[in-house]
Order: sequence, then structure tokens, then C-alpha cells
Amino acid sequence: MKKTGNQPSGESDFELIIEPGMSRKAYWKDLWRYRELFYILAWRDIAVRYKQTVVGAAWSIIRPLLTMVVFSVVFGMIAKLPSVGNVPYPILVFVGLLPWQFFSNSLSEASNSLILNTNLISKVYCPRLIIPASSIISSFADLLISMAILVILMIYYRFLPGWQIVFLPLFLLLAFLVSFGAGLYTATLNAKYRDFRHIVPFIIQAGLYISPVGFSSTIIPDKWRLLYSLNPMVGVIDGFRWSILGDVSKIYLPGFFISVGVILLLLYFSVRYFRKMEKMMADYI
Amino acid sequence: MEDSIIQVENLGKCYIIGHEKRNPNATLTDKVLQKTRQAALKTKKLFLGGDLITGHDLEEFWALQEVNFSIQQGDSIGIIGRNGAGKSTLLKILSRITEPTTGRVRIRGRVASLLEVGTGFHPELSGRENIFLNGAILGMSRQEVKRKFDEIVDFSGVEKFLDTPVKRYSSGMYVRLAFAIAAHMEPDILIVDEVLAVGDAEFQKKCLGKMKDASQNQGRTILFVSHQMQAVSALTSTCLFLEKGKLAFSGNTNEAITRYLTYGISNSLQYNDELSLNKPKITRIEILTSEGGYTHVHGDPMEIIVDVSLPGGLHGGSLSLQLVNSADIPVVQFWITDSDRHILRSGGLHHFRCLIPKLRLFMGKYSLTAVLSENNTRNTLQKLDQVCSFEVSMIRTERDHPFHEGSSTYLDDFSWETEG
Repeated sequence: MKKTGNQPSGESDFELIIEPGMSRKAYWKDLWRYRELFYILAWRDIAVRYKQTVVGAAWSIIRPLLTMVVFSVVFGMIAKLPSVGNVPYPILVFVGLLPWQFFSNSLSEASNSLILNTNLISKVYCPRLIIPASSIISSFADLLISMAILVILMIYYRFLPGWQIVFLPLFLLLAFLVSFGAGLYTATLNAKYRDFRHIVPFIIQAGLYISPVGFSSTIIPDKWRLLYSLNPMVGVIDGFRWSILGDVSKIYLPGFFISVGVILLLLYFSVRYFRKMEKMMADYI
Repeated sequence: MEDSIIQVENLGKCYIIGHEKRNPNATLTDKVLQKTRQAALKTKKLFLGGDLITGHDLEEFWALQEVNFSIQQGDSIGIIGRNGAGKSTLLKILSRITEPTTGRVRIRGRVASLLEVGTGFHPELSGRENIFLNGAILGMSRQEVKRKFDEIVDFSGVEKFLDTPVKRYSSGMYVRLAFAIAAHMEPDILIVDEVLAVGDAEFQKKCLGKMKDASQNQGRTILFVSHQMQAVSALTSTCLFLEKGKLAFSGNTNEAITRYLTYGISNSLQYNDELSLNKPKITRIEILTSEGGYTHVHGDPMEIIVDVSLPGGLHGGSLSLQLVNSADIPVVQFWITDSDRHILRSGGLHHFRCLIPKLRLFMGKYSLTAVLSENNTRNTLQKLDQVCSFEVSMIRTERDHPFHEGSSTYLDDFSWETEG
């Protein structure tokens, strides 16, 4: 369907029918056609961040580092929560922080993405799913930087990851899916009911203490383990810890599968809700 | 027709708007109860996923209704109408930004819409970066933008500032760059919405030139919405005239423009209204032309009769009449005020006759606007806009070459002296 050349050809195979409630088979094809817009919007978010201030670039390093220090002090030294095996507490915290910060940043960025880009929604056509999707990418860039810091930390503590590290991409993918699922939901809700932008930071705050970021899931009593795993981030963080720290940080498989299930359900419903709301979005945003 | 590039059938778009119930006698308790009820309703709607529309009474507002038309490839179509007629809504539906409520559109070709200049421009990014950003937003691939990069920069004339952040650009540069990018889209169908309203005359000429080139030399189909009739008639051959959401006329541009300009202007020499017991009102206007009908001969005397009914006397009352030409420009006015002559000082029916010994208006169609005011025109009581109309003909003015409408607004007495 891509057309090149100067002369328009009326006989192109491109035919479009617009009617109320029209079938959306073409939507997914459209998403592919507009993939370049996706890259460019992601690039735009990152480029703009670094254009504004010198600290912008350093912030990606300072933030995770600082949080790790605070958590290590509060949970490790003051609350004296146990680490697993002989893993240094800072590393335990940091490995949990990686996916969590990716998730929380993505959630904040995504939930505002539609509102900040109203002109893309009301003045131009594009498959709107691209907007929240691309907003997550800048948080992913932050994640990569944090992983570089982790490598340095592991060198400092002379800690070597085991064969489980091979599964890290899988958990990365899971982190992506949960961030996208949750972010899409809040983005859609925020676009319609503006109160939501105040609720999101609260969710993130609460989530930080419920999720096993500052501590290991192993301290949760067994009878609560399954219920605890309903929090999708539990599966992701546990997975991250297992793949980087090795079998020392045991992964509780039933809980893990529950988390994965929750993630997939979240993704399904959020995409469905978004598609339903998208039709009218230009009218109320 | 089967081979039309755009076909619109029975298109309609409905918005739901809310009205607040106004109760000026509400007590504080009433207001508090009302607010609580509203909050409860809103929360309920939130859980059911409904729309949050403020107001008690919901009304359906049809921005577009029963619109039918078809466009062939290579056509250059203007879309005109007053503010609120539904033009932008129509464009939004054709651009897939919003969904129609009823009807169906069939499009065979790639559509590019320019509904706003500089959509997606980010002020922190440089001109160069914004070209790629805006190009991608408009649907051009990165390769395409790279290929046309030099042309775009050339057209916009901002080469020197290409690497400065766009927030430092003057508004003219901003608009030129934005249009330059959009002008190099190569769609089958180009939709342009009033974007020529920004920018100076030179810029507008450049834009029109580019669009004309696209239409005539490249055979693209263009849909052009504008309030500037000169631009519409220069660029398009057919027009769609929308009024209050319906297609009032579809056909030749010049005729559509005439209909648009004369819409709402009464075609009659007379105006009549009932008198009111508590409001000052103009109850009758009648234009007595030289020929007794719609046509008035240039240079002949004219009379205009106005009846005014007053419940009580006015202080400093005045009556003024304007004759407005087909470009909506008032060309001549006649007035009478209380300070010239004691008028409108008591209640009852007042009868006025305006005598114009020699109407010097040039050929064309004119309409009459009447204003009734008091306190030496400081307070307008009633304004009747273009309620009567007539036409001026040059029949008894002798000249060996024809008169052309628009070559002047009026003729004055003159004489020449020559030597040699």
C-alpha cells in the first residue's frame, strides 16, 4: 500500500470505507504502516528530555542510584530485612528497582501521553495506540542505563550472574507488557476522566511498598503468597531477581504464573477498552 | 458514480450537548442538594463507562445531516459556509479523526489533511528535527522526507535557522516551515482547512500557487475550506456550500459564492413586523425604486419608507439606514436624529420617508440595514441587518463601452478640461 512516485494513481488498491462502527481489520495493518511515527515519537520524547537541561541526562543515572541507597539504608540497615543467600542487600534492592522504575515511569508517561498530544488526536489521523506505546520507550532507555549501572555495581561487589541470566529477555518482555497494559488503561481513563492524573501517583506510591522492591518476596508468609502474586509486578520482579541473582533468589512458580495471567488479562482488557474509547476520543479530549 | 475518488452518502454527525437548568430562585440548600445529586450521578456514570456531560437536559446537536456528494479524481473542490456550518466536522470525518454517526464515506486514495499548521511541532527541537517529526506525523516516510528535505527548506526560506530551536522562530517563519512540509506531501487527496488564514499576503500567494500546481499539473484532488472567497474562486471550479450542517448547494464555484454571500438576505423590497406594546420596533420598511420593482436606475431618485412603533417617547432617538453592497461593505448611509429635528419623542406609530434625489450607486445588488437607537446612538434598540434588497442598473447612463460590476462603488458628477 506504500506509494512512491509523483503521479497519484487513482487506481491504487487503497480503498477505505468510513462508517459508524466500522470493522477494524485494517487497524492492525495501519499500526504497521505507521511504525515510523512510533519510532519518531519515542525519539522525540528522549531528544527533548536531553535538550532541556544538562541534568536531564544525568538524572537517568542519579535517580535509580539514589533510590537504591535510600532503600538499602531504610530496609536493609534500619528495618534489617534479610537478603537472600549471600547477595549484598544493595544489589537485591537494585535488581528489584530496575523493573519497578521502568513500570512506574512508564505508567506516569503513558497516562499523560494522550492528554499531552491532543493535537495529534484531534488534528491528524494516526492509529492512536502509537501514542501511549511510544511514551513507554523513553522509560525503557532509562532502564538500559540503569542496567549499565547494575553491571558496574556487580563488578564492585564481585558478583557474577548464573546461567539464569539467559531468561532475562523474557522478563524484560513481561515488564514491557505489564507497563503497556497498565499504562494504556490509565491513559484511556485519564483522557476521559481527568481526575485520574491525581490517582496515578498514588497508585505508584502504594505499589512501591506492596511490591517486592525494597525486600524479597521470600519474606511473605506462605499462606499469603498466592494472593500476593495477584500483583503483576511480583512476578516480574521475582523473575528479574531470579535471572540475575541465580537460584539463590528462588522463584515461586505458582505465584509467577498467576502474575503472568494477570498481566495478560490486563493487556487484553486495556487494549479492548482503548479501542472502544478511541472512536470518540477526538470528540471529548 | 463508480469511479469517484470520494463518495459520501447520507453522512451525519451528532454531538450531545448538555444544558444546565437555571433556577434563579434556588436557595443555598437547593444548590447544595443539586451539587450532591450531580456528583452522585457522575460517579455512577463513571462506573458504567458513560460520558461525563455536565447539565441536566441533553440535546442532540447535528453538526452534519444528510450530506451527499461525490468527487472525481483531479477535482478541485471548495467547501464554504458560515462559521458553525459543519465544514470542519466534514473534514474531520474525511480525515478519519472522528467517526460519523450515520452514513458512509468511500475513499479511493491516500488522504493527507492539513487542518492546522505545525501539528506536532515541538518548540525545543530544531527546524531540521521538526521537519522529520512533522513529516512523520503527516504520514510521510522518513525516506520521503529525506528525499524532499532540500526542496522543503528551500520553499520555507528558513535555511539559515535550520538548526535553531523552533521556539526562537518568528510566527511567520514557523508558519512557512510548517506549510513547506505539508506542501510536499504527495497524497492522492489533499484536504486543507482554512490554514491560509495565518501568514502574510506573500505566503498566501505561495501556498495557493503550490496547491494550484498540485491540482492542475499533478492531477491531485484537492478539498479546500476557506473564508476568503478570492482564494476559493482562484483555486476551485466546484464548490460545496454548507449551511447549518446541510449541503445547501453543490456546483459551480461562482454561483456557490454568490449564494453564500446572499444567504439570509431577503430578496424583497419590503420588511414588515408586528408592533410590540413594550418594545420600540421598526414595523415597516419599504424601498420605492425608480422602476417600481426590484430594479432601480442609477441616478434616479429613490424613497425609503420606515415606520417605527414606540411604547413611550425616546430621549435622543435616531434612525439610520445603510445600503450594503454584495461584498458586505456599507457604501452609503442616511440618518435622522432628534437633535436635527424633534423625532420619536412620544409613544405611538411614527412614519418616516427618506428622499434621495439622486442615487449614485454603481451597478450591483444592494441590501438595506436599518438601526434604531436612543441617547444619541449610544444605545442601539434594534438593528435589522440586510432586510431588504434591490438592484441598480446603468440603463440610462450613456457610455459607448459597457459597465463592469465591481469597477466602482458609486459614480459622482465630473467634468474634464483638455488642451491640444
